[in-house]
Amino acid sequence: MDQFTINLLFVGASFALYIGIAIWARAGSTSEFYAAGRGVHPVTNGMATAADWMSAASFISMAGLIAFTGYDNSSYLMGWTGGYVLLALLLAPYLRKFGKFTVSEFIGDRFYSPTARLVAVVCLIVASTTYVIGQMTGVGVAFGRFLEVENTTGLLIGAVIVFAYAVFGGMKGVTYTQVAQYCVLILAYTIPAIFISLQLTGNPIPALGLFGDHAASGEPLLAKLDAIVKELGFSEYTAHHADTLNMVLFTLSLMIGTAGLPHVIMRFFTVPKVADARWSAGWALVFIALLYLTAPAVGAMARLNITEMMWPNGGINGGAVTVQQIENDQRYAWMATWEKTGLLGWEDKNGDGAIQYYNDQNADLQAMAAEKGWTGNELTNFNRDILVLANPEIANLPGWVIGLVAAGGLAAALSTAAGLLLAISSAVSHDLIKGAINPNISEKSELLSARIAMAVAICVATYLGLNPPGFAAQTVALAFGLAAASIFPALMMGIFSTKINNTGAVAGMLAGLIVTLVYIFLHKGWFFVPDTNSFSDADPLLGTVKSTSFGAIGAAINFAVAYLVAGMTKETPEEIKALVESVRIPRGAGTAQDH
Amino acid sequence: MADQHTAKASDGAYWAANLRIILISLVIWAVVSFGFGILLRPLLSGIAVGGADLGFWFAQQGSILVFLALIFNYAWRMNKLDREHGVEEE
Repeated sequence: MDQFTINLLFVGASFALYIGIAIWARAGSTSEFYAAGRGVHPVTNGMATAADWMSAASFISMAGLIAFTGYDNSSYLMGWTGGYVLLALLLAPYLRKFGKFTVSEFIGDRFYSPTARLVAVVCLIVASTTYVIGQMTGVGVAFGRFLEVENTTGLLIGAVIVFAYAVFGGMKGVTYTQVAQYCVLILAYTIPAIFISLQLTGNPIPALGLFGDHAASGEPLLAKLDAIVKELGFSEYTAHHADTLNMVLFTLSLMIGTAGLPHVIMRFFTVPKVADARWSAGWALVFIALLYLTAPAVGAMARLNITEMMWPNGGINGGAVTVQQIENDQRYAWMATWEKTGLLGWEDKNGDGAIQYYNDQNADLQAMAAEKGWTGNELTNFNRDILVLANPEIANLPGWVIGLVAAGGLAAALSTAAGLLLAISSAVSHDLIKGAINPNISEKSELLSARIAMAVAICVATYLGLNPPGFAAQTVALAFGLAAASIFPALMMGIFSTKINNTGAVAGMLAGLIVTLVYIFLHKGWFFVPDTNSFSDADPLLGTVKSTSFGAIGAAINFAVAYLVAGMTKETPEEIKALVESVRIPRGAGTAQDH
Repeated sequence: MADQHTAKASDGAYWAANLRIILISLVIWAVVSFGFGILLRPLLSGIAVGGADLGFWFAQQGSILVFLALIFNYAWRMNKLDREHGVEEE
């Protein structure tokens, strides 16, 4: 059986499973569509949250970004897990106690203002849509590889499937489907990692193998990797090279953004009790940590494997891989397959029949290249987003592992895209149309408008996904910045301060969102249209602060503006202060379910 | 309504205890990630962990493990605190 058939079998079987579950648990009423009747156990909910959370960014993109940068990209690891601490301590139990369906409902009620609710809806839509663009980038890579077509074709096919899939059911269908997706996703991520860790270090646990010894050389794996990449003129893997301020702000933005994204927060509305909301956040992080503790091992080990493949004869002095090897040797077959997607490329620039991979920006290597007659790095294109999907092929693992990874990558991208589309559609139909435009809308029309909103969101995301502002995880990081600057501060102040009033919250959210959005557009192009940017992340407007790191500053602006404006305007009314008091204690949460 | 009143009376102490747990947890949260993982890494560079140093380990593994411990500790303490103050769900 050839690899394409194996992939088809794995992907087909996993899809049949998800669709089967979705039909079995089809959403009936509107309340089931949004919040599954609040009957989900914390462990189940944690697993579904993990599937929802770990998107194409975590599964497909993150390890690749870590692999090619090393320590400096640890921000992704700390940021996307540390946010759960904020979520569990500062938001989840209180929002569950409040007992409504959506984040914007809370903001609207707490700040006793339909305007606040509308502004929150706009913030949610902006952040979620940016997030979906990142997902579509990942979907394009996964479908492109799996169907062996060009990236753009893969993206368009993927978009149709994501849409069909998201329309199928509401949260309930999605909750149990996502449990299945989590299982596929985590197996697909860890099994190849275990194989590779065994090959390289003899340790079956990748997270321990990362800090273990490289079996072939007897040196510690990370020391070996440092030496081998340094030899090629790249920066040492474990060393800190990035700007420290930017790294701190980036990590903080990802953390705050995690606690401000609607599709994750919504999950905590679906547990039976306030106590369960606290446990749920912990369980979610357990399931997420299984992947996040493995990811740095995947990155480091893949970097080692790739580097050794490009210099198979004992490093840079032993000679590079030849074009003939790449074309004929079975071990290099992955390069030809990935070349078809347009995401991997090489070129024998100096015509010596070999492909030299090195850092041609490094002075020492330039000197060496001049001596040896090399005319630049010949591994001309290695898209970071392909690393995880190509990893089992690079390590020469059996065909079924490759099929499993294809299914896992699609599960990751699909589950998050579906969760986000649901968040966008409920924001539009429940908060915008029912909450502001036509409160008497029938249940049926509300569901219809939810689905129309989904369709529009996916079209926009697909269009922008064709020319994404960055690799999948980078685009997703922008979405986190937007959520960090707009939603999180409003939620936190709503719970922890009775001083913040309606005008303060609205001014804070608008200031945070607008400043952050403008900063991002200045660096990534207006509305992400390429070549309309005035600055680049290589040389940002504010010192070393990249557009992906600006969310933390946006959040600070939000807090500051809200406090200032609230201090100058009319005090919060007594009944709202009482509402805040009641949200702070768990007792009485049960009755709120009937809303 | 009488029940509401007693719950209200203990709110101050309950909320203050909650805030104290949150504050301590967030200090630890910041120290392991921003501290050990990034800013204090040079200070920890002498402590070797398998080919790298302790700061690298905290940035890529340790902080995640501490985050997990923090959340479960918080859930356990708060559920206990709820009962002590009689504000748990019926």
